[in-house]
Amino acid sequence: MMTTHSLPNPQNITRLQLDNGIVVLVYENFAAQSVVLTGSLRAGALYETPARNGLAALTANALLRGTQTRDFNTISSMLEDIAADLDVNGGTHRAGFGGKALAEDLPVLIELLADLLRQPAFPVGQVERLRGELLTGLQIRSQDTRYRASRAFSEALYPVEHPYHYSARGSLNSVPNLTIDDMHAFHAAHYGPDGMIIVIVGAVKADDAIAIVRTWFEDWTNPAQPPAPELPTLPALAQPQRAFVPLAGKTQSDLVLGNYGPSRYAPDYLAAVLANCVLGQFGMMGRIGASVREELGLAYYAYSSLDGGMGPTPWSVVAGVNPANLDLALEQIRNQLRRLVNEPVSAEDLSNVQSYFVGRLPLQLESNEGIAGSILSMELYGLGLDYLVTYRDRIYALTQDHLLNAARRYLNPDVYVLGISGPETG
Amino acid sequence: MSQVTRHVLDNGMVVLLKEVHNAPLISWWVLYRVGSRNEHTGITGASHWVEHMLFKGTETFPAGYLDKAIDRLGGSWNAQTFFDYTAYYETMPAEHIDLALRIEADRMVNARFDPEEVASERTVIISERQGAENSPMFWLGEAIQASAFHVHGYHHEIIGDTHDLQTMTRDDLYRHYQQHYMPNNAIAVAVGAFETADMLAKINAVYGQIPARDLRAPFVRPEPPQQGERRVTVERPGSATFLQYAYRAPSAKDDDFFALEIVNSVLCGAGGMGGGGTDNKTSRLYKALVETELAASISGDITPTVDPFLYSIVATVRPGRTVEEVETVLNRELERMRHGDISEGEINRAKKQARALFAYSTERVTSQAFWLAWAESFADYTWFEGYLDRLNAVTPEDARRVAAAYLRPQQRVVGVFIPTHSEAGT
Repeated sequence: MMTTHSLPNPQNITRLQLDNGIVVLVYENFAAQSVVLTGSLRAGALYETPARNGLAALTANALLRGTQTRDFNTISSMLEDIAADLDVNGGTHRAGFGGKALAEDLPVLIELLADLLRQPAFPVGQVERLRGELLTGLQIRSQDTRYRASRAFSEALYPVEHPYHYSARGSLNSVPNLTIDDMHAFHAAHYGPDGMIIVIVGAVKADDAIAIVRTWFEDWTNPAQPPAPELPTLPALAQPQRAFVPLAGKTQSDLVLGNYGPSRYAPDYLAAVLANCVLGQFGMMGRIGASVREELGLAYYAYSSLDGGMGPTPWSVVAGVNPANLDLALEQIRNQLRRLVNEPVSAEDLSNVQSYFVGRLPLQLESNEGIAGSILSMELYGLGLDYLVTYRDRIYALTQDHLLNAARRYLNPDVYVLGISGPETG
Repeated sequence: MSQVTRHVLDNGMVVLLKEVHNAPLISWWVLYRVGSRNEHTGITGASHWVEHMLFKGTETFPAGYLDKAIDRLGGSWNAQTFFDYTAYYETMPAEHIDLALRIEADRMVNARFDPEEVASERTVIISERQGAENSPMFWLGEAIQASAFHVHGYHHEIIGDTHDLQTMTRDDLYRHYQQHYMPNNAIAVAVGAFETADMLAKINAVYGQIPARDLRAPFVRPEPPQQGERRVTVERPGSATFLQYAYRAPSAKDDDFFALEIVNSVLCGAGGMGGGGTDNKTSRLYKALVETELAASISGDITPTVDPFLYSIVATVRPGRTVEEVETVLNRELERMRHGDISEGEINRAKKQARALFAYSTERVTSQAFWLAWAESFADYTWFEGYLDRLNAVTPEDARRVAAAYLRPQQRVVGVFIPTHSEAGT
């Protein structure tokens, strides 16, 4: 027997806002035996000072290391006994969390999440072990040309007073100086129910899931939570900038070239996303892949990316090339940017990417993780719970001119920031 | 869950069909019973290289055409080569599954192996091997396999030996393709939103006309019994010391395989099956080696194979600690297990973990279809369907007997990777 495959929509998503501000969204899916929990709260790197860079991420990661009533081993046993998974991570704007368990074990997952978020202990031994792991990670990244090119790009594109100038992970300079007092203070000020979103998708009744959330979160308050700060206005780029990070002993150069992109709230966000797909994603990495990789064989990888998000994250082209081919690759990349801002994409290009974005929805929404991610985006960015229902119409309403205008608004083949990392000769 | 039906076409192609109507998707896999196990010296890596050549076009679908065609329809496609098999798949919106059926039927017999494409792919594959060589564990794994298997084809890496990659000819590859790619050496699986009778008719229409060919007995030489512990050391630039114990393991068909999975779960933590997993911080070896700060990480792995392969335990030695210190504690824990110290509680916990991980791995049609094809290739598809029942049947006595039989030092290869200098220090 065939069943109908309705997209997540206002009728099958249960949405409830608790009195303390937490928004709970539940989507029942009894096709699988698992349940996925995801969400975020207003506790990202936006709220840390440059001197305390990495504090939000360290605080989020340290939550799993012990609470006032459970030590690290107890927390690990609770999760591993049932083969569940739960993580908390600090991003630029928000701290995010995610977990997965058999549906029968959802109560364990939510009880533990509440304990972590509300009553962390930041035990000194565990925090030091975690700090060591994070510093090792940063040390490894410091030798990674791809990471260094990306950092150089962001530091050149965003001024020091802008949060996007910094990595939410912090740096080798800042992470050693973060104290446990800092973490307690950050937690006390920023972890709270106001602005928190919890999404639950899986083999659970919506009423049951909401009752569990109520039990563990309903009485949480934090009057100290400040509102989200406004991002500083970004200056328009006046001329191209190039930042180079030499790393000895490397054979390949990695590059990032781009500009400010649209936020997820921008009216032309979808047009920009489609234009980006033509530029460096569709098929084998779009036009960038076709010219830089397939025709000229200059790069191991070459594609474009546009993240979107709560603010003007970058729209960029990234590539890994032999240093001898760097200039030629850059010329090709700029030629493709020039083409994208000078001439409309062809009707066939537009039709291809429209078909791609609409066609891939079933694969995106096959798993509980995919559905939960979509619902979280709908809530976080205020897209409306009918977003997926109207998605096809939105995509097909876009014209060649919409894509051209979006490309022109954000990209400039002559004025851009270029971050490169590779051998000295690069 | 609906039942799997098994069919054999007149030309010998095995077809497994399973209706899953949760999402409007179908995953289509064609697996050939040929992998690196069937390669003699001189053509090591041929199976993997042939897999690459099947993406290089046919008369019907020229190179590059399908990347765009599949993107346009919202599908995904890929392939993988293992010791025992080479497998190809497309997961498509259900209404577009005909394209997937046509692609695999076409390239089962019509791949071009254009000499120029073979030449350019030689560079790509050698560079793929060089990329793997950046990882110390690749070198250690290669040395351990070569030590464990003097005769059997498991003695070389799937990617192949560099010399063979430099010297293999287009004709070697084409011969390998012609010897193994035929309906009577293929297992095809569809899982997703279809009606079984309709799907079988479609498959018959597309594949039924491909003639069966002479299938020679595959190249396989059984490995003689190991007579005493073997030790190998790899010294190369790197940043950490690794210790690997590789014990002779039973083939996937053997009941002992399941008991050994339970033993591994207790020692190293539950292994995922590709659908997400859980951490291993409460496993015996994590507590004995990582918590005590002798090792930075620990993992265990037992993989289903046609012939007996290896059960591996890998420890990353912490800076400042020695291999001998890690070995002493590792041996103590393994001897404890070998002498029967495993409780019913530990076994029940491992079974619960397996139930969750199995549930996660069956949530997507792509992974279900893959597991059915793989299981049919090394046992039969009921191996996958009965996986949890066979794990649940494992008794404490079984686990103790298997630990005693397989964890004998005489039946292992001990491998040590010693970094000659820090990569980051250059």
